[in-house]
Amino acid sequence: MQISIASGKGGTGKTTIATNLAYFLKKQNKTVTLLDCDVEEPNCHLFLHPTWTSTEKSTSKIPLVNMSKCIKCGRCGDICHFGAIANIKDTVLVFPELCHGCGGCSIVCPTGAITESEKEIGDVQTGTADGLEIVQGLLKVGEPMSPPLIRSVKKYANTDDEFVIVDCPPGTSCPVIESLKNSDFILLITEPTPFGLNDLKLAVDVVNELKIPFAVGINRSTIGDSTVWDYCKEQNIPIILEIPHDRHIARAYSEGILLLKALPQYEEKFADILEHIKEVLPS
Amino acid sequence: MKIAISATGNDLCSTLDARFGRTSQFIIYDLDNDSYISVDNEQNLTSAQGAGIQSAQTIIKAEAEAVITGNVGPNAFRTLTAGNVDIYLGTGLTVQEAIDKFKNGTLQKASGNNVEGHWM
Repeated sequence: MQISIASGKGGTGKTTIATNLAYFLKKQNKTVTLLDCDVEEPNCHLFLHPTWTSTEKSTSKIPLVNMSKCIKCGRCGDICHFGAIANIKDTVLVFPELCHGCGGCSIVCPTGAITESEKEIGDVQTGTADGLEIVQGLLKVGEPMSPPLIRSVKKYANTDDEFVIVDCPPGTSCPVIESLKNSDFILLITEPTPFGLNDLKLAVDVVNELKIPFAVGINRSTIGDSTVWDYCKEQNIPIILEIPHDRHIARAYSEGILLLKALPQYEEKFADILEHIKEVLPS
Repeated sequence: MKIAISATGNDLCSTLDARFGRTSQFIIYDLDNDSYISVDNEQNLTSAQGAGIQSAQTIIKAEAEAVITGNVGPNAFRTLTAGNVDIYLGTGLTVQEAIDKFKNGTLQKASGNNVEGHWM
């Protein structure tokens, strides 16, 4: 089962929830892989302190055009949704930083003028922490295209595992969609502030589009206002987690200590999450 | 010969838009008969990325041989160059003033991108 932890807004506590949920499941003797898909700034390792056992280069495919075979039909440019290949007068221009590596251009080319070359986009690292398998992507500095790397990270998920926990990047664009793919359940983490609510609404729109069961978790629930609760009530979205604004949590966080190791009294909250998921998902 | 001008509106009194990729309009001005049309660039205004490339393709399709704008990034420059479109830079002008300056040869021609891309 893949459970993904996402949010619209950054800094709401996705990593805190993802790492602790994975740790909690492991403590229940489940087999768990944690995938850190926030490849621009993976930070699960800061709390789990894994021993890395392997690092592999990840590549994305980019088109290579052989102009001597090109008949200037323009099909490659037409099919690219990202404008990464442009048919200009007598030539074809490729913009690698816009390419998502789907290979569409090489498929539609009627003369076989387009082959694909590999471009290094980052590393996938695997390791273990407290018996937990952890996989993280590390995007190369300056590389703007993270979805292909996220795809690579997700390939490392052990299909035999009972649980795969995905720590998503913030936002609502391609990297988030790629991370959320194949989820059985999504937990959207927010905070009770106008910013939190605004971005939660955007995230809810995305998740509704993906038609994946989801619920909301509210972090720092003792600050801010009541608008997130009002919104969830109005939209019939279950709130399955509330974590208070607690100085002890902040202290453990700042020292890189897992919440449940520092403050085991919060375990109940993670048990509640799993209880809810068990109830809503057909087993 | 046709020239394209990035503009904030659809007539000659509009201001030159400093942004190339995300300009709201292009005025395509025909120097041979002093007529013009405006081309809407709204779609690019909201595109996530690659706006400079798309805008360049738009004006190449409109058969412009030169463009007057404020800033061009590396991708726009590459695309315009491939399409044999000369790039002239202007700032704080109306479209009419930009055309006049182009006609009397007082606009600076760009030999490379004058701003960096948004993704580097």
